[in-house]
Amino acid sequence: MSHKEVKSEEQSELNITRRSVLGAGAVIAGAGIVGSQIIDPLGKTAYAAGSDNPIKIGFQAHRTGIGALYGRWYERTTNSAAKYINSIGGIAGRPIEIITEDDGTDPKRGADVVEKLATQHKVDFVFGTLFSHVVMGSAPRAGELKIPYFVVSEGYHVASGALNRYVFQPCITDVRAQISAVSGWLFNNLGKNVTLIYPDYAFGYNHRDYASAAAEKHGGKIVAKIAIPPSESSFTRYFVKIPKNTDVIYHVMVGPGVLTFVRELGDHFGPNHPQLFGFIDSLEGVNISSPGLDFLDSSYFWEAMPRYADASDSAGSRFYRNAVGVDNSGASKSDSKDVAAYSHMFGCWETLFAIKEAVEQSGYKSKKDYSTLIETMEGFTGFNEGIAHPQGAKAFSGKTHQCYGQQFVSKVSNGKLNVIHKTSIADGMYEPETDYTKQSL
Amino acid sequence: MSSWINENGPLLFLALLDGTVTAFVLALIALGLSLVFGVMRIVNIAHGEFFMLGAVFSWFAFDLTNDPFWGFLLALVIAPALVGGIAVFSDRFILRKVKYHPESTIVATIGLLYVIQSVTLMVFGPEARAVESPLYFRIQFPWFGYSGYKLIVAGMSALCLLGVWLLMIRSKLGLYMRATQQDIEIAKTCGVPTQKIYAAVFALGGGLAALAGVFVVPIRQADHLMGLEPLLLSFIVVIIGGLGSIRGTIVAAFIIGISDGIISVFYEPTLAKMLATLFVAMVLVLKPSGLYGEEVV
Repeated sequence: MSHKEVKSEEQSELNITRRSVLGAGAVIAGAGIVGSQIIDPLGKTAYAAGSDNPIKIGFQAHRTGIGALYGRWYERTTNSAAKYINSIGGIAGRPIEIITEDDGTDPKRGADVVEKLATQHKVDFVFGTLFSHVVMGSAPRAGELKIPYFVVSEGYHVASGALNRYVFQPCITDVRAQISAVSGWLFNNLGKNVTLIYPDYAFGYNHRDYASAAAEKHGGKIVAKIAIPPSESSFTRYFVKIPKNTDVIYHVMVGPGVLTFVRELGDHFGPNHPQLFGFIDSLEGVNISSPGLDFLDSSYFWEAMPRYADASDSAGSRFYRNAVGVDNSGASKSDSKDVAAYSHMFGCWETLFAIKEAVEQSGYKSKKDYSTLIETMEGFTGFNEGIAHPQGAKAFSGKTHQCYGQQFVSKVSNGKLNVIHKTSIADGMYEPETDYTKQSL
Repeated sequence: MSSWINENGPLLFLALLDGTVTAFVLALIALGLSLVFGVMRIVNIAHGEFFMLGAVFSWFAFDLTNDPFWGFLLALVIAPALVGGIAVFSDRFILRKVKYHPESTIVATIGLLYVIQSVTLMVFGPEARAVESPLYFRIQFPWFGYSGYKLIVAGMSALCLLGVWLLMIRSKLGLYMRATQQDIEIAKTCGVPTQKIYAAVFALGGGLAALAGVFVVPIRQADHLMGLEPLLLSFIVVIIGGLGSIRGTIVAAFIIGISDGIISVFYEPTLAKMLATLFVAMVLVLKPSGLYGEEVV
């Protein structure tokens, strides 16, 4: 049998002819065209109809991937902030247009998204990244493309000097400052022997390193360091490694498995557990009165912005909570099962206002004014508390491109988080390790 | 020696507990894959997605009833049924069209994987969602506590495995399945409705994976990417145990589950996965048909 004959036998056996392939191709192409009209992948939101010359801000969002919970709340907060800013006249009289792209919480895709926002969408600024490994992967690209990149992460990367002069973190504090601020309270009130549990990547390593340094400073001892991949789904095998002489378990966990993490922690220890000091990251998006979490009663959490509303909240804080659609217990007003990432999302709101202040004070008009804008921002010394900065007043260092602010320690009681300790801005300050102002642009 | 037991005894005990739960669930998922290969002689790359769909449908059942117990019962019924239905549909309109050719089905089921994952992403969303367990209680051992529900999952999986074995040995459907697996031509001449058996087996395979998803979802949350790891592990189990052998699948699931538990607790979870993959490589080199390869039951 010749090769040609065998081939046509196979072809007719499978009923695949050129006609059927073309037909299938046409159907798929047609479906694609129809589909793309229904789903708008760009998520462009132009707020003022007929607006010419808007300020275009590219939002690098973790819409999918392990950061999807945060991405969802970051997006809502960003849209609320843009809506409010446009209602009070925009930035320097120009309306804001937010252009959102999904980076999948992936470092490589993050770099691609920065490029797409800068070169295809031609945005003025890029902002919004949270997960530290994505920041590390994306920020260098922003530096290469020479576009200002505003990070809403907690990693120490901006302030450490590891990034470039185009990168700023003006409205959310970094892990080093957070730990410096609360560690004194921790070692003096809860105990000296501490086991650290943290996610196995950049952000987690910041916790490991600075908590260890804080232990030395306050006469404590780190008895174990347990690194857990953020994509992990089962945690019991890690808990069994916690040493018996642990006084305090210091935990910070991120990723889709955080509810399982805290539940299995409770299953493992039961009522006889060491003191627990967690960073609220372990509970962002999780209702504290979920079944299996009662062991968290009387445990402590660091919060950046207290989830539960309090009578002493400022007017700015109450305005902000209402504008982003969150109720007094930290859940979405339209769905009480949808708990907010309240200690992180304020960063998006405040950063947009910081951009507004920088643009208006520097007289920024277009890309050729980037250096003026950057120099102006480096001259900022802080931000006042109010509607623009509802988390609290901030100090800002032009050298490290990083802000410093208040931190909160809350205690769980009766299924709520109640603030029991507030730190001052000075508690979290440290000597700057870098000076971006000395770099060329 | 006794001090080693004192120090590491509790760790070993936890490793065995965790390993046993993993083994039973893994056996359930891998069994579906193994049956499909044994009877239909095809590899279903979308098998992990059937597991994921079981978990996702379970979430919908929980959301609908707003009650962990009734939601669980509802999920037990609708998840395998819906996934079985999707399996039958895929068999009829995808697998049959490529005439069950080995290479074509691999490519086709990869496509099916992407379609199922993306549709779930669009409908269910990107974030992980929790499902409450129907029963929540803690067992306190002298050294640590353990979730009682996890042990129930092991028990329920064991019952399902027994059920499948009884089906294969005692029922007419099982007889037809074994006949088709042994020799499809002879089975056809004996009047076995092989096309319907193919659909039934594919549905059974998907249904078992979905059932495993329903059992497991209260322990971990449901998200659209959760099918990838079980897919990898069930391939490892099925290759080691021998494609098409129930006994082989169960034995291999225990080898992998228990060793995963022990190595994860005493060393690192990543090392456990590395060693499992290395074991697969060794089996493929030394005994390619697997430990119990080519056996029917």
